[in-house]
Amino acid sequence: MSKISEAFNNGKAFIPFITCGDPDLETTKDIVCEMAGRGADLIELGIPFSDPTAEGPVIQAANLRALQGGVTTDQIFQMARELREDRGLTLPLVFMTYANVVYSYGTDRFCAQAQAAGIDGLILPDVPYEERPDFTPACGAHGLDLIAMVAPTSEDRIGMIAREAEGFIYVVSSLGVTGTRTAITTDIGAIVRIIRSVTDVPCAVGFGISTPDQARRMAQASDGAIVGSAIVKQVAALGREAVPAIGDYVQSMKDAIRDL
Amino acid sequence: MTDTRSRGRFGRHGGQYIPETLMNAVIELEEAYDRYKDDPAFNQELTDLLNDYAGRPSRLYYAEKMTKDLGGAKIYLKREDLNHTGAHKINNVLGQALLARKMGKTRLIAETGAGQHGVATATAAALMGMECVVFMGVKDTERQALNVYKMKLLGADVVPVNSGTGTLKDAVSEAMREWTSRIADTHYCLGSVMGPHPFPTIVRDFQSVISRELKAQMLEKEGRLPDAVIACVGGGSNAIGSFYNFIDDPDVRLIGCEAAGRGIDTFEAAATINTGREGIFHGMKSYFCQDEYGQIAPVYSISAGLDYPGIGPEHAWLHDIGRAEYVAITDDEAVNAFEYLSRTEGIIPAIESAHALAYAMKLAPTLPKDRILAVTISGRGDKDCAAIARYRGEDIHE
Repeated sequence: MSKISEAFNNGKAFIPFITCGDPDLETTKDIVCEMAGRGADLIELGIPFSDPTAEGPVIQAANLRALQGGVTTDQIFQMARELREDRGLTLPLVFMTYANVVYSYGTDRFCAQAQAAGIDGLILPDVPYEERPDFTPACGAHGLDLIAMVAPTSEDRIGMIAREAEGFIYVVSSLGVTGTRTAITTDIGAIVRIIRSVTDVPCAVGFGISTPDQARRMAQASDGAIVGSAIVKQVAALGREAVPAIGDYVQSMKDAIRDL
Repeated sequence: MTDTRSRGRFGRHGGQYIPETLMNAVIELEEAYDRYKDDPAFNQELTDLLNDYAGRPSRLYYAEKMTKDLGGAKIYLKREDLNHTGAHKINNVLGQALLARKMGKTRLIAETGAGQHGVATATAAALMGMECVVFMGVKDTERQALNVYKMKLLGADVVPVNSGTGTLKDAVSEAMREWTSRIADTHYCLGSVMGPHPFPTIVRDFQSVISRELKAQMLEKEGRLPDAVIACVGGGSNAIGSFYNFIDDPDVRLIGCEAAGRGIDTFEAAATINTGREGIFHGMKSYFCQDEYGQIAPVYSISAGLDYPGIGPEHAWLHDIGRAEYVAITDDEAVNAFEYLSRTEGIIPAIESAHALAYAMKLAPTLPKDRILAVTISGRGDKDCAAIARYRGEDIHE
């Protein structure tokens, strides 16, 4: 079992996302530690990319702010190392970024650095099942789970994707890009049932979740909820001062799903 | 490739690097294309549209004055600028729109740089009674205002894209985002030989009519093949269309002309093969202009249609195997060629096509008079007149 499975040992998992370096890496570290202390079970660390095609306006803007601040992949490896070594963070951490950030760095070199920095997995939204073989050998060699994604349009592909999944399965709640939504109409339960029939790897639902009520409904049908844009919005509004507000928010979300 | 589950490879380039949400959409497209591409009724319908509506076959014109003035190889121009809507883009759009209709889609979305692909898509949508939304970088809506008006006149919605550099790459990103949010009734009518499989193959097949005609016309006029085929390359659709039927003729040089902007030694260029390196972006593995961390570079060219940081995967492969050459042409050289062809032959070429002409103007004088160059004039230059006037310091109002 990978370390990521530990995230699913404390009731339903709450998985927040943060864009590294927005507005700066010191703030990112403070936010990550705050989220870990307030109930996050696993944290997705976004490595910014210039052209994030799966993101809505909120995370696009965060990527831009981080890159304009000069953050680089190497600095983010260093930040992750400091989170582990200086701040004693033990919960599972995964990087979320785009294929080119990894490929251009050198996939094997990237994965080796990620492992050395204490990272447990990798989410690449522009790498579907068919293109995983570009990345799985290096991930495997360096102890990283390459997280698979399942979408509302996956239909006959769900079983195939789930059979090779490791760490957890990222169930995309609805069509479109990341960002908050007022309603999620996909039958998540039906997707999770198909996944369950082929694997025990846990499923967490993301895209469009912002309220405790949405988190509860998504986690009821799965093993956890993933939230990005709602948190990144707080950083956009409050900058370095966002830490306590994000802490309160994470706690309210975890409280909403903990005992389902 | 040892990896058999990845589809649509040209050497190691190509593939399908897109969100899972879109995978069944591209698989459905591939299946539909495989079903119709050899279907006689589909092909007859497409040929009728290309001939009767778009005005094909396009002419192969011997540019005698230009040839004599340059004093070297004979120069022929493949006149894609004479097509309906003024560029080669209509070849691909009519094919994809017809395919989309067969698939039961009622809405076309597209990206556009110079606006030529947007105008072609809006035209096909009007013709076939489909809804149309075109994404265009905000910077391009300013430098190609006439095409924005044309698209609206044709009934399309034009969405200005503010993200990133506000140019073609951002328009592609936004069209991909739109497609992930609305798939059931919508076909993404991609305008170049790029993006995830099967787009590079579909667009190439629909554009290969250029080299099919060019080959037959050249054999009829000269009784032999040209020594070189020259075309401009952004994503690379008119170039691959011009090259495709000559790939197996090793004596025909295939030359793609990239936009060097203010020079490939500056940061203001869009010459992917000349300055980029291998990467994964917009659904494909290919060459891209990028920094050391893989961040896509904010490229520049005077030509909105070539202002793209990547190149289609089949071009990347033709470069790898040495079958095609890719040269870089600066803004200055392209503008000179734009003015030269206008004065010499009475043909105002698109500034994109002027990049191909500029290289022909360098190459022709170095070759003996019995050599033949075929240059694809991918589009007409009306859309560029105001911008070129500004480049020369003259402010004109359309």
